[in-house]
Amino acid sequence: MSGVRQRWLGPAMFLPAVLYVVALVGVPFVLAFFYSVGDVKVGSVGYHFVGFRNFTSVLQNPTFLRALRNSFVFTVASQILVLVGANLLALVLKNAFRGRRFVRFLILLPWVAPVSIGSIGWKWILDSLYSVINWVLVRLHLVKEFSAPMWLGEPKLAMMSVILVHTWHMLPFATVIILAGWTAIPKDIPEAAAVDGAGFFRRMFQIELPMMLPIINVAVLFGVIFTFTDMTVIYILTRGGPYDTTQVLPSLAFFTGILGSDLAEGAAISIFLVPLLVAVAWLMLRSAHRAEVV
Amino acid sequence: MAVVQTRGLTKLFAKGQVGAVVDVDLESREGEFLVLLGPSGSGKTTLLRMIAGLEEPTSGEIWIGGVLVNDLTPRQRRIAMVFQSYALYPHLTVLGNIEFPLKARRMPKEERRRKAQWAADLLGIGRLLGRKPRELSGGERQRVALARAIVREPSLFLLDEPLSNLDAKLRASAREELEQFQKKIGTTTIYVTHDQVEAMAMGDRVVVMNQGAVRQIGTPADVYDEPQDTFVAAFLGSPPMNLLEAAGVIVGFRPEHFHPSAALPADEPVLKLAFRAKHEEYLGAERILYGVLEGGPFDGEKAVARMSSTLAARFAPDVVHDFAVAKKDLKFFDREKETRTEPRALA
Amino acid sequence: MAGVRARQLAFRTFHWTVLAVFSVLLAFPFYWMLITSFKRTGDLYDLRNNPFVFNQKPTLEHLRLLVNETLFLRWLGNTAFAGLVVVAITLLLAVPAAYALARLTGRWGGRIGIAIFLTYLVPPTLLFIPLSRIVAWLNLQDTLWAVIVVYPSFTIPFSTWLLMGFFKSIPPELEDAAMVDGLTRFQAFLKLVIPISLSGILTVVIFTFTLVTQEFVYALTFISSASHQTVGVGVPIYLVRGDVYYWGSLMAACLIASLPIAVLYNLFLDRFIAGFTVGSVK
Repeated sequence: MSGVRQRWLGPAMFLPAVLYVVALVGVPFVLAFFYSVGDVKVGSVGYHFVGFRNFTSVLQNPTFLRALRNSFVFTVASQILVLVGANLLALVLKNAFRGRRFVRFLILLPWVAPVSIGSIGWKWILDSLYSVINWVLVRLHLVKEFSAPMWLGEPKLAMMSVILVHTWHMLPFATVIILAGWTAIPKDIPEAAAVDGAGFFRRMFQIELPMMLPIINVAVLFGVIFTFTDMTVIYILTRGGPYDTTQVLPSLAFFTGILGSDLAEGAAISIFLVPLLVAVAWLMLRSAHRAEVV
Repeated sequence: MAVVQTRGLTKLFAKGQVGAVVDVDLESREGEFLVLLGPSGSGKTTLLRMIAGLEEPTSGEIWIGGVLVNDLTPRQRRIAMVFQSYALYPHLTVLGNIEFPLKARRMPKEERRRKAQWAADLLGIGRLLGRKPRELSGGERQRVALARAIVREPSLFLLDEPLSNLDAKLRASAREELEQFQKKIGTTTIYVTHDQVEAMAMGDRVVVMNQGAVRQIGTPADVYDEPQDTFVAAFLGSPPMNLLEAAGVIVGFRPEHFHPSAALPADEPVLKLAFRAKHEEYLGAERILYGVLEGGPFDGEKAVARMSSTLAARFAPDVVHDFAVAKKDLKFFDREKETRTEPRALA
Repeated sequence: MAGVRARQLAFRTFHWTVLAVFSVLLAFPFYWMLITSFKRTGDLYDLRNNPFVFNQKPTLEHLRLLVNETLFLRWLGNTAFAGLVVVAITLLLAVPAAYALARLTGRWGGRIGIAIFLTYLVPPTLLFIPLSRIVAWLNLQDTLWAVIVVYPSFTIPFSTWLLMGFFKSIPPELEDAAMVDGLTRFQAFLKLVIPISLSGILTVVIFTFTLVTQEFVYALTFISSASHQTVGVGVPIYLVRGDVYYWGSLMAACLIASLPIAVLYNLFLDRFIAGFTVGSVK
């Protein structure tokens, strides 16, 4: 009898959550595809199927192509920096030392503070007139006061700035995940390697890092998703400027679909995020599957 | 081959941490199987780890093969160690694990292969070389750990409770195998365990430790038959030695030396004791009899007797029986210092 | 023999150098917010001054301006309100769902759990266009309720995933014992599992709340009046008058908005990480 009751108890407990998520993630996800092949604008009623017209129009738009390229540059560059920095930082944080908790708190700030707010802090640090970085550079006689770099005003510098600020934001997250991987290695193993005659670098590159590979994968996969689909740092620092040189897919979708009221074309732009999402989801499932098998 | 020597070796930890080692002087002999035996927290693993170079001594010296190694890293000490968990590298195959120490010594690939094959064959795991550690059974893992340890032909072999992760049945056969194996390769071996059966069975000599200090060093027979203090007396043997207090001295005798009077030769000088039996445990090959002594110097003290199941006599509960211990089997300990003293007459 | 000592020294130097460099790089913006918040305007905008220290006496002027003449307090209130309602919705839906998926549904539970977790990967920047339509259709555009309704779409998946791990770590014998003692399965869940899991539930509360305060894209998309905004959008977007940035007040607002969350988050960090790394540490 209790078997009969349990059969409906399970679904009754999880269906509300599933339905909520389906309604507000699943439905809009499908709608995004639907819009991208239609002619919806803000305030318009009715819907006409227009085939791939939005996609062809988007693909002919040089701003879109630039944003597509920027998205990859932004993601790859910041993830490489994050990965190197996070491993280095995790390497020193794994040892116990006085003040470790406080240092961990300081290092976590960029991740835990709202990203929009951290970015506005950077906007002040990179200000065209009052940048503290420029003040230091001028005092060190590295640049002249009246030709100081416009961190957010020159295309190359602006791209570099948004990449660095995003790296700043993501670094703590990757660090704590990699740190978790490091502390999960039983103490015996590096010790055994030391007795076996392995020096510091051999221990690190042949024993510890290979053992941490699955968890580094997790950090990278999340990092790629959070970076490729984010527009906050760019929206606040540069609004995609100067001259759309820091525009990425999400910010372009926002400017086109929300501010420009062209929902259909905006949706078409954001659809270009999907292949990467699918790839990452597939890799995650594969590694989760492996973790269960072993 | 090398001997290990420690002089005044001490390791102190922060308050609350167990496993400290206090002023240990120890000298192994060439090719011997030396067992460090003690309860958990007695410092035996810390001592082993200091010899391995994994723990830095607070003070004292460690010599391996006539060289002072205090300032040498583990890799410079040229030793091999088998960990309790085996510490196999999970991402490497069995072959990769066995080869690792050779790789760390930059041995050419050909020679490495040959040696790894030799070590694997010696331990009978040649067919497992392509597997990952997680695909191995407990016994196989232990062999891989041993192969990884011997492959570099170390001068000293350190083993930290390598059998404790095996189930009881496997443990007995692994114990024997390990012992034979050590005799075959003849490398000086230091073996840590809390299991006295392992210590007695395998050790050429046993070092009994408690609270960071060495309590006694000797052959298994020495430490069992001639315990130097009450700790060693009580720690070894199951059930442990009967320790009874009388006339300012502690008297000890093993349960197997506590016999019914009739079972002892008539000309043997004995201490007669009246023993009120309480209950008996039948263990197949032997019987353990629990009871209380009555009258004499030990009135009211509990005692245990252990005898072969083949002994025909029966001991009804709550009845006083005549028991005795041969005088030569009585051990005397100072009541204050708890160390061995001269035999003396009992009132 | 001096090898060990030299190596230790080298290691220590490396250790503290890396720590110092990263701490400074990562925490500097917050120091900058702090010092900017209390500097007089004249001090702030004089390029001859050393910007790292106070050249004139500190002032509370920016803070006063922020509190009295901007909507900052209103945004804090909006954020707190939205946070609390989203926490309530999330708990109501995620706690039973996580329990059911951890215990009652066998093989399928794990699969649905993973599917729910994967939806956490679907980013706002893919959904905001269709969602803006849905929000309009629900007649919620330009209200705080727009984000209150939408936020659970990402807090539920993450919370369900975290709680599933938590519930799985409770020995099932506990509920078996309770049911043998006469409780129904659902009663065992209410009276036994929930009290045991309070710390896990608290973790979910904290993270749901911080996710709400950190969100930017949806609030920017759905809410267009300054007075309905949350702090995450209000501060960086609406504290700017035309093209004029009031850096003193702006930085004070940034500091106030980030520190409490940072402290809370830090307390529960380890559990949060566990949610991301389930299955990959072993």
